[in-house]
Formats: sequence, structure tokens, C-alpha cells
Amino acid sequence: MVTRQKEEGSVRRIVMAGVGTTALLVLLLRFDASNRDASAEAAPIAKGTATVSGTFTGDAVPTRHGQVQVRIVIENGRITKAEAIDYPRNNHKDQEINSWVVPKLEQATLDTNGTGIDSYSGATVTSEGYQQSLQSALDQAAK
Amino acid sequence: MPATCDQPRRAWVEHVMSMPVSIHVRGPLAREGAADLAVRAAVAELHRTEELFSVFRPDSEVSRIRSGALDPADADPLVLEVAALCRRAREITDGWFDADLPGPDGVRRFNPTGLVKGWVTERVTDRLSEALPDHDVLVNAGGDIAVRCRRTDTPGWSLGIEDPADRGRVLATVRLRTGGMATSGTAARGAHIVDPATGIPATGLRSVTVVGPRLLWADVQATAAFARGEACCEHLGRLDGHLSFVVLGDGSTRTLRGADRVTPRFPRARPATSQGEGQH
Repeated sequence: MVTRQKEEGSVRRIVMAGVGTTALLVLLLRFDASNRDASAEAAPIAKGTATVSGTFTGDAVPTRHGQVQVRIVIENGRITKAEAIDYPRNNHKDQEINSWVVPKLEQATLDTNGTGIDSYSGATVTSEGYQQSLQSALDQAAK
Repeated sequence: MPATCDQPRRAWVEHVMSMPVSIHVRGPLAREGAADLAVRAAVAELHRTEELFSVFRPDSEVSRIRSGALDPADADPLVLEVAALCRRAREITDGWFDADLPGPDGVRRFNPTGLVKGWVTERVTDRLSEALPDHDVLVNAGGDIAVRCRRTDTPGWSLGIEDPADRGRVLATVRLRTGGMATSGTAARGAHIVDPATGIPATGLRSVTVVGPRLLWADVQATAAFARGEACCEHLGRLDGHLSFVVLGDGSTRTLRGADRVTPRFPRARPATSQGEGQH
């Protein structure tokens, strides 16, 4: 496996072959889609020996959407850890794509006083109905 | 991630399109002039949008399209953008969201109101967030909420879903850093969401709340689901990247989750020679 990785010589491919970390996969797919040429410039690693151990850091690669850099830990030829140490997070789209996970409902059936709620969603409030709304009380508190 | 937020915070309220719009900002400059300036720009954009899209103002572009005085092809680019989004909304909801609604006289006319609110709320939230790096922003337009967090030391905004039977109670909360939450229901305005096929108001559900990465589409899905009635649950359960909370007619609730959105929605990169032309 290591030998084959050596031939292919790219951090991306090693990680794609060896790691199931969803977040990273997202990042790498995105990376791939962003600039395929740049991904091929990542430094070849795992030179020579049959079994490799150590921490390897790929080159920081500029992509159209920002810089991407990946670090992996290999123990006896197996990738035991992979992380993106740099990835695009400068704009909202990047943040959204890199981080979006369907949120969970946190609490059910609350009394409304003092629960740390920041805002309320409900059927569209009219301006006339606003004065009686929970949101109105919150807004007043933060004005 | 801390559970509480020590950052300065400020709220503004503006009434636009006959609904209250609450804008919350937290971060070091929340109570300084910079935030106030950014919020004023956002509010101005809300008013401009109302002038363009209101069906209650006879001089708005949408009113003039409805009366036949304006050829849609000559409309403002923003109106054309919204019209295209309305067509997309109809496609992704199997026709349950439709901007060509039959009026009381039975004639179908262009009415993008149901999409414009979510669209403009998300738009001004993005603008505000761009104007205020290192700050978190929340915009709540009459119960539909868009949030963007650019701080890393703050918890996500905690968003409460109101009980449609008792608006002083909260049925559940969701913590959100980026995205939108929209609720459709009859608790505040009576029956105002109609079945696009018949024009008859939908009354089967008490409320539908949809949470997703973009308020625009969460809002469209919530509106369509409310019109569709109880059968919406199956559709919402397949909606990847979204969480939905439905209060049925009998007051019981359903929570529906699509898959986490793990596939980036970028098109494949074009050949290197054509990169950098602003494609997204």
C-alpha cells in the first residue's frame, strides 16, 4: 500500500485512500473541485522505505478559494490521523460548505423565561402583533 | 465553545413590509458607530426592496408587472433574479410553492412575496456580516431568521420555535451559527398560505419550521410544506441538509432530518485556462 502511495506521490491521494473522516473528505473533495492542478503540487511523501512512521505535512496549496494544507500521521504504514491545518474560511460560502451539519433540536417544551434564547421563530408576526411577542421583549433588552 | 457570550451586543428593530425586523449584532463594535452604520445600510436595503416588490404599492415594479403596465423583460435585475428563484422554488417543491397565485378573481398573477422575505433577509444578513468582520449577526424578519457567526469564541445563536397554540411558549430550540430558520403557520396572521393549485387556504397543519444552510430555501420549503399538509413530512424527511419540525393539526409534533450535507455544491473545476472568471 505504501509503495503504491509513493508512486502516486500526493498527500491528497493518500488521504483519500486511507481516511474516512467525513469533514476532511468534504474539504478534499472541495479542494479537488476547486483546482485540480494545484492538488498535484502537494509534496510527495513516504519516500523509500517499506513501512513508514511519522508526521507529514503537505505543502500549503493555493486554490482558487483559498489556501489548503493537510497534515497526516502515519504509523507503520497506516494513516492514523489526518487533519486540515489550513483551509479556506475567509468568506461565508466557505464556512458554510466546510462546516454545515444539520443541527439538532436541543430542548423541548420550555418555559420562555430566562432560557438563553436569542431569537424566536414562528408564523409571520405583523407589526401590530409585535408588541406582544417574545421577540419584542428580547429586542428591548438588547437595545 | 463557551455556552455564554460575553461580547457586547445590540439590537435594532425596524418595521418594513408591515412586519417587524429585528437585527442583533454581537462583537467588540456592536455598540459603536460602525455597527450602527452597517445596520442603517441593511435597513435601507430592506426599504428599497419593499419599494420594488410590494404588491400593496401600485407604483412598485411587481405591481406594474401584475397590472400589465411593465413588461417583465424590462424589470429591474433584482426582480428578474427573484422571478428566476421563484421558478426554481416551484421545481424543488413539486409545485407546492408557486409565485403565480390565483387571486380572489381566479386570475393568476405574479406574486413573489412568499419568497422575497427570506431572500432579502438572507441578503442583508450577508451584507451585514461582510461589513462587520469578527462579529456575529442575526436578522429576524417577522419570525424568519438568518444568522452568520464570524467570531470563533461565541456559541451559536439559540433559536426558539414558538408553540403555535401558545405563542408565549417554546416547543424546541436549535443552535445555529450560519444558516436560516423559517416557520410557516397561521398563528399570527390567520390562514394566508394557499394551495397553489386551488387558491384555497391551507389549514391542515398548525406550523412547519425548517432549518437549513440558507434562509431563502428553508423559507420556501416551510411555505410549501404548510400548503402541502401532513404529506409534507415525507418530503421534509428526504430534504438533505435540513432539519424540520412540524406541528400537526392535532398538536402532535414530528421532527424530520435529511442527511448532513457532505457534498460540496461546487461545479467541477473548469480547465485551468478558463479559471478566475468569477465562476461559482
